[in-house]
Amino acid sequence: MMRDTVILRVVVKLLLPAILIFALYVQFHGEYGPGGGFQAGVAAAAAIILYGMIFGIDEAQKVVPRRIVNTMIPLGVLIFAGTGVASMFLGENYLNYSPFASKPVNGQHVGILVVEAGVFITVASTMLAIFYVFGGRADEADQRADEAGKKGGEG
Amino acid sequence: MLAAHLPALQVVIPLLAAPLCALFRRGFIGWLIAVVANWLAFAASIGLLFRVMNEGVISYAMGGWAPPIGIEYRVDMINVFVLLVVSGVGAVIIPFARTGTAARFNDTDQAWFYTMYLLALTGLLGVTITGDAFNIFVFLEISSLASYVMIAMGRDRRALTAAYQYLIMGTVGATFIVIGIGLLWAMTGTLNMADLAQRIPEINHTRPVLAALAFLAVGISLKLALFPLHLWLPNAYAYAPAVASAFLAGTATKVAIYLFLRFFYTVFGGGEFFASTPIPAMFLALSIVAMFAASTVAVFQADVKRMFAYSSVAQVGFITLGISMVSDAGLTAAMVHLFNHAIMKAGIFMLLGAVMFRLGSVKLEDMAGIGRKMPFTMAGIVILGLGLIGTPGTSGFVSKWWIVLAALEKDQWWLVALILVASLITMIYVGRIVEVAYFREPSAKAVTLREAPLMMLIPAYVLVAATIYFGLDTEWSVGLAQRAAAALLAGTY
Repeated sequence: MMRDTVILRVVVKLLLPAILIFALYVQFHGEYGPGGGFQAGVAAAAAIILYGMIFGIDEAQKVVPRRIVNTMIPLGVLIFAGTGVASMFLGENYLNYSPFASKPVNGQHVGILVVEAGVFITVASTMLAIFYVFGGRADEADQRADEAGKKGGEG
Repeated sequence: MLAAHLPALQVVIPLLAAPLCALFRRGFIGWLIAVVANWLAFAASIGLLFRVMNEGVISYAMGGWAPPIGIEYRVDMINVFVLLVVSGVGAVIIPFARTGTAARFNDTDQAWFYTMYLLALTGLLGVTITGDAFNIFVFLEISSLASYVMIAMGRDRRALTAAYQYLIMGTVGATFIVIGIGLLWAMTGTLNMADLAQRIPEINHTRPVLAALAFLAVGISLKLALFPLHLWLPNAYAYAPAVASAFLAGTATKVAIYLFLRFFYTVFGGGEFFASTPIPAMFLALSIVAMFAASTVAVFQADVKRMFAYSSVAQVGFITLGISMVSDAGLTAAMVHLFNHAIMKAGIFMLLGAVMFRLGSVKLEDMAGIGRKMPFTMAGIVILGLGLIGTPGTSGFVSKWWIVLAALEKDQWWLVALILVASLITMIYVGRIVEVAYFREPSAKAVTLREAPLMMLIPAYVLVAATIYFGLDTEWSVGLAQRAAAALLAGTY
């Protein structure tokens, strides 16, 4: 169990805010430089996954519960696809962001930010969902091994 | 406003509905969303058909970025026909899905199942409607990944290995396709297919373009289950849930066939160029082998679902045979059979799903005597089976008629003989089912059987009725197919 390693616990606690800030930087800088919702989503999920690896998957699930993860996966797709529908209602072609602000250039900015937010939500939650599923299995296996060990000890 | 956005709505409606199903996570609500979305998508296809008939090719610029720079959705006579088949078959299948799915899965799994169904629908419609070569690959992956999940949800544990096998083969196919597209892009600097169609003919003798041709031919042939590349199909269709089998049998291979036609006739420059490549000769040989080998294997299957899965490989052979002839009649035959086979096979798999629902098995021996216990279900299977054979009065006859016509046009009498013999083999395996279901004593299991629920029978019977209707009135199906064939041969886009 990693829970007993003091150095790891302290270092991870220090790293977590930095990773999350970096994720946000990549998220909001995506339209000017390399990055965007996908990379930011992976970075943010990596922060939670790291936390889960050191402090245990239950602790990670206290921060981001499974229920929320399962809701966020479709929510991000809805935000992305819904942005396109909003453009249609504003009289432009699907995913044309120009009508979102008074000037088309600003509209494109707004549109890409919303769409990237959708990508961020879906990618981050999907990464977490995969981690929870596989990590959960490891816990189950541990429990089974523990029980088998106890039985062996008693016998 | 609505008519102008139909090309986008065609794909966006199921795309929006899919996450909604996942969000609500209730079986009934998920089903309701899927039904509404699928029916709206079908309505959008019909709307597109009317628009294409009135105003010709429709071009829709995604995000307002003008093609060829932006992604373009392009609808013409060829793909509107396929859109109708895909959304139409889906619209009939999805009401059927409720009974069987609700009986087997909990609320969450049902909702995920409908999500996957809608994503598969989105992908297939997207592949068909888009005018952008890379977009095709993206949608192909969306539909394939969703299909793998649907297949893996089958009742039998072997569904997992079937899905895995399909995943490996499907990914190899998709990789070949993307390599082909990449080579085309490297040579022309464009991914827009209308743009490609203008640039490729000038350079279609160069090595990279020929390599792209080879990669695309193999990749798409894998997806459409052409004979030696069909190995993923029988298990995938046999072990998938009934809804998935019916939907994929009716649509997935059909969309791949469309893709083949689109690339080889439209992008590479019309029928003339296609005829100058070795592909028609290879297709002719492989199609004939498929018609005989797959039909013969089908005769010896113990599992009826597997039998009809092999039959699908054989029937795809009939379609590719039409394509290989590079003539008006041949392409019309291919397009008509694409339509007719989608209806017949989807119907058969739905009725087999009804048998599975009541009997818990679709093994031939277990189905002994169920013709008396489930008269409507079995009668439906027999009528659709007659359609597969090509009996006059069913839509299958129309397809066979056009294929024979195309062969006669070229004075290939031997081919006519082969087509008729292949139809006879179809008769043998359909005959086996009739014999077992009607002329044997019911097994102990079958004695207590009741007829399938109406929620399953009515949708299936819509397809049975369509098989008979399109066998008698061919104005609509053949008419559209002929217009599509003419557009393909001319290479217009």
